[in-house]
Amino acid sequence: MIIRSADTGFEHPVPSEITPPSAYLGRREWLQRLALGAGGAALATWAARDALAQGAASPTGLPRLAARPSAVAGAQTVERVTSYDHASSYNNFYEFGTDKSDPVQYAGSMKTRPWTVAVEGLVNKPQVLGIDDLLKLAPLEERVYRLRCVEGWSMVIPWVGYSLAELIRKVEPQGSAKFVEFTTLADPGTMRGVRGRVLDWPYIEGLRMDEALHPLTLLAVGMYGQVLPNQNGAPVRLVVPWKYGFKSAKSLVKIRFLERQPVNSWGRSAPQEYGFYSNVNPDVPHPRWSQATERRIGEEGGLFAKRRKTERFNGYEAQVGALYAGMDLKTFY
Amino acid sequence: MRWLGHPVVKPVLFLWLLAPAGYLFWAALADQLGANPAEALIRSLGDWALRMLVAVLAVTPLREITGWAVLARFRRMLGLFVFFYASLHWVSYAWFDMGWEWSDIVADIYRRPFILVGTLAWLLLLALAATSFNRVIRYLGALRWRALHRGVYAVAVLTILHFYWMRAGKSDFAEVAVYAVVLGTLLAWRLWRRRCRFAH
Repeated sequence: MIIRSADTGFEHPVPSEITPPSAYLGRREWLQRLALGAGGAALATWAARDALAQGAASPTGLPRLAARPSAVAGAQTVERVTSYDHASSYNNFYEFGTDKSDPVQYAGSMKTRPWTVAVEGLVNKPQVLGIDDLLKLAPLEERVYRLRCVEGWSMVIPWVGYSLAELIRKVEPQGSAKFVEFTTLADPGTMRGVRGRVLDWPYIEGLRMDEALHPLTLLAVGMYGQVLPNQNGAPVRLVVPWKYGFKSAKSLVKIRFLERQPVNSWGRSAPQEYGFYSNVNPDVPHPRWSQATERRIGEEGGLFAKRRKTERFNGYEAQVGALYAGMDLKTFY
Repeated sequence: MRWLGHPVVKPVLFLWLLAPAGYLFWAALADQLGANPAEALIRSLGDWALRMLVAVLAVTPLREITGWAVLARFRRMLGLFVFFYASLHWVSYAWFDMGWEWSDIVADIYRRPFILVGTLAWLLLLALAATSFNRVIRYLGALRWRALHRGVYAVAVLTILHFYWMRAGKSDFAEVAVYAVVLGTLLAWRLWRRRCRFAH
């Protein structure tokens, strides 16, 4: 007997079908408690692995952020999202140390409230915005972006925020403003890495005005439906998905509009290795390694997973390629 | 220190030195190597090769300072463990980072001086391991064998350079400095001993 299937391929679940967070969080907590010893040694090992696989360490304690899926072109990557555990425990945030495990370990000391971002320079309405002003400045959107680190690894992260352009329009840049400079917090009291001399603190990044105004350029306040964890650049950061990760400055305290191209921290530290543009480009190797491929974090197969081919502009060429029309990307790397 | 000469000491030491490899093997199978397992594995194996190198180079100074001649029994085994961890380090680089793409490996060695230096150090270790058997020692003669095995000092220098260049991207040299000072002290002690011997 042939049973007719009503299956019409993948159907998007209606909201009512999605397991409520409280339910799966409850299970994760249960697994964690089990892992902590209640269930005996053998069971605990199993539970710990299961808890890890479920991303259990993730959504504890952080406030949720309501956001609608973004309609911006390119903002809804349909690739498997990196687990929250990996995205929040494997970070480069040198203000807390140069090891990937340092930020998750030490960023807890950073105070993210109260928090202000000074917007200054060549604008008609310079102002100091509190974090609550920033959260209300524009409707929050969820955007799933690829993140490609200059070191050769990548993730897929669901961010929450809005286009930086929303803020830029609000402060009314003057005609002479050609670049935007972003400054990260540098507090030696709460950031142990700032006491060292790995880079010149504070961390500075910059974008050309048209890059900053591009709808894909995101001012992020959250990820995975919640406020940003400290190690990922709380409470507000930049995300520029077609550039290497270091261009996406974290924990912003200042946004300045300039006529001249600012000098970014890595450009100052090693100008022959890190250009101002730093667009993801498999054809321009880093002087010390190839950029042709990348390791996707959490890829199926783990240790044995093959590296992926890196795409030009990290796969966002259709959206941003026009910004660089006529430019030699090997000269302006 | 007569207990160091007990027949059970060497096998126990052997198992103890093998333990890090055993742990890493388990961690790799159990997916306990973190977000970037390839990177974690390659780096841990490199760290262990470096630690074994420190241990083997400490044998002679320790022996002479303490007068425990029995320590010499462990020198070859320690040396072979340096080779063992260095080999696993290189193989996991070629396998998990490069996917055994030989053209990529050659290009990488050419592009990245720290890979070149590390590979050179491993090739030197290969030559030392291949000539570590009694038969080869007899065949070469003690003088020539000893001259060849002074190559381990070059391995120490290349290894520190390898580690230094690897960390140069992060301008983070604290750990490199610790190993450089320890290895430097062990090598300096040898120079100083030579000077003393020639002075008499």
